[in-house]
Amino acid sequence: MELVCPAGNYPSLVKAVDQGANAVYIGFKNETNARHFSGLNFSEKHLLKGIDYAHRNNCKIYCAINTYPRQDGWKTWASSVDMAMGIGIDSLIVADTGVMDYIRSRSDDFPIHLSVQASATNLEALNFYHQNFAIRRAVLPRVLSLKQVTQLAQKSPVEIEVFGFGSLCIMAEGRCYLSSYLTGESPNTQGVCSPSSHVRWEENDGVLKSRLNNLLIDQFEEGENAGYPTLCKGRFEVQGNIEYALEEPTSLNTMDILPELHQAGVVAIKIEGRQRSPAYIETVANVWRKAIDSVISNSAKPNEQDKQKLTALSEGRQTTIGAYERSWQ
Amino acid sequence: MKTSLAAVPYFWTQQAYQDFYHQVAETDIDTVYLGETVCSKRRSMTLQDWIDAGIFLQGKGKQVVLSTMTLLEAESELSYLKKVVQQKEFLVEANDMSAIQVANQAGKHFVSGNAINIYNNQSLSLFHKLGMTRWNIPVELGQQDLKPVIPKAQELGVELEYQVYGRMPLAYSARCFTARHHDLPKDRCQFKCKDDVEGIPVKTREGDSFAQINGIQTQSGKVSNLLNHWQKLYAAGIDYARIVPVAPDTTLQVIKSLTQATANNQPLVDFTDDSREYCNGYWFQMAGLEMIA
Repeated sequence: MELVCPAGNYPSLVKAVDQGANAVYIGFKNETNARHFSGLNFSEKHLLKGIDYAHRNNCKIYCAINTYPRQDGWKTWASSVDMAMGIGIDSLIVADTGVMDYIRSRSDDFPIHLSVQASATNLEALNFYHQNFAIRRAVLPRVLSLKQVTQLAQKSPVEIEVFGFGSLCIMAEGRCYLSSYLTGESPNTQGVCSPSSHVRWEENDGVLKSRLNNLLIDQFEEGENAGYPTLCKGRFEVQGNIEYALEEPTSLNTMDILPELHQAGVVAIKIEGRQRSPAYIETVANVWRKAIDSVISNSAKPNEQDKQKLTALSEGRQTTIGAYERSWQ
Repeated sequence: MKTSLAAVPYFWTQQAYQDFYHQVAETDIDTVYLGETVCSKRRSMTLQDWIDAGIFLQGKGKQVVLSTMTLLEAESELSYLKKVVQQKEFLVEANDMSAIQVANQAGKHFVSGNAINIYNNQSLSLFHKLGMTRWNIPVELGQQDLKPVIPKAQELGVELEYQVYGRMPLAYSARCFTARHHDLPKDRCQFKCKDDVEGIPVKTREGDSFAQINGIQTQSGKVSNLLNHWQKLYAAGIDYARIVPVAPDTTLQVIKSLTQATANNQPLVDFTDDSREYCNGYWFQMAGLEMIA
């Protein structure tokens, strides 16, 4: 079972490699990937250095080109693919069928991993990508129960990778347009959700309000933990009640079901968070390396101290195994 | 310009669907999409009921298309999907890649639903090769995005459809938000979504509209409305103006006023309803909730 870690810059990449990641995934400094945040991601020069460092340490580099190019921007995606294929990347993580078609027009066997943004949640969808683009692996959306993941992994024509830890998307990825509905910018097109350029904080009489494009996402009384206004994790009014209508601020943590995921034949665990700091990557990679190693060697459950380290790094200091557990749904 | 009526996104009783489609049959709408697209637990209509409704509407001169589910997880959902796609009577609207795979394997043509991500000429051409005859355009694409794609669609003979009325489908989740609101687990949801004819509004704490929850689907809080812009869409190359149902009476009024405007080539559609909020920003390359009069 592989540990796949995120890196938004060279220092994070080094930390992930040093902590024993089997692969590190990265993106370019443009809208071709789903973490198109300012100050983040790799120029060609830094990537060359990163690939060299990873490969010398027996670690792979995956490159996410996993947004959906609109026709006017097609050349940016095509040239990003060209660069990735020529620079020593081990696999491309892709969502758009047009981009996959383009990769296959250049090479019959360059490894393609189906991005979570492609939202393949069932066997026939996996068959579709396998037959049309010979994908090697698929990353499953965070909408399936453990039983569904297990059944899918047994029959899948391709390797299965799942998310282990980090931000929790509660919608089927790649099919959520809530961000562009509110702000004009979406994960699919610009690689952003609830973009910081549209966030505004206001403080009045001890009440802190967070807004996205002027709409009130949440408000916090004194002493309450104020979180980033991700639009699906705010408090709203529904039929007279104020509630987290969609989801609470919480992170995904599947460490408790790691033995079951391993048993099911899942080949890789992905850590979310290219936007996180090198120190965060170091801690999370360290804890997950140990957890995976212990599961592979004796199926032992991970220790409590390590789990607490992860909880401390989580949104709202809460974690969930999310949709893997039927009752969450 | 032709007009189409999307599948009802909400959960109604069998009687309510049947009454609605009997009235739709008497309008001038060109195409009617039928079926359950949101939740496989909603079974007030069996597949045979949908086929019977389709045969009835076809008899009234409508083109009928069967729509498939959008988020498929369970194996039972895939087997139902195969029955929908493999039936012989009607064209299908594929709302998930699995439906495209099954249609392609069966050698059937399909309409690509708006939850299928086609954003550029390369993917458009690919799906055309796999059997797509009509492209129901993703909701977040606007007129500038489409300018370089429409000529390719026309060259390939792919028809274009764009939503002009109704709440937009914006997200799908494993979680049922209606059950969550009623503090019920999804597996014992008591079919609470049948109590709300067009979903439940979610507002900010300042009273602004945000979203509409409809089972596992999240819709736009505002109703999309490009009715008075239909001629611009037609001039841009859109073949079908798509109406997504809200409550039956309003939907029928929208159908009647839009088909009257298109038949008589009137730029403005004779329809007013102050009980809902409207938006159309996506077409104008803005945030989806914006409204251009």
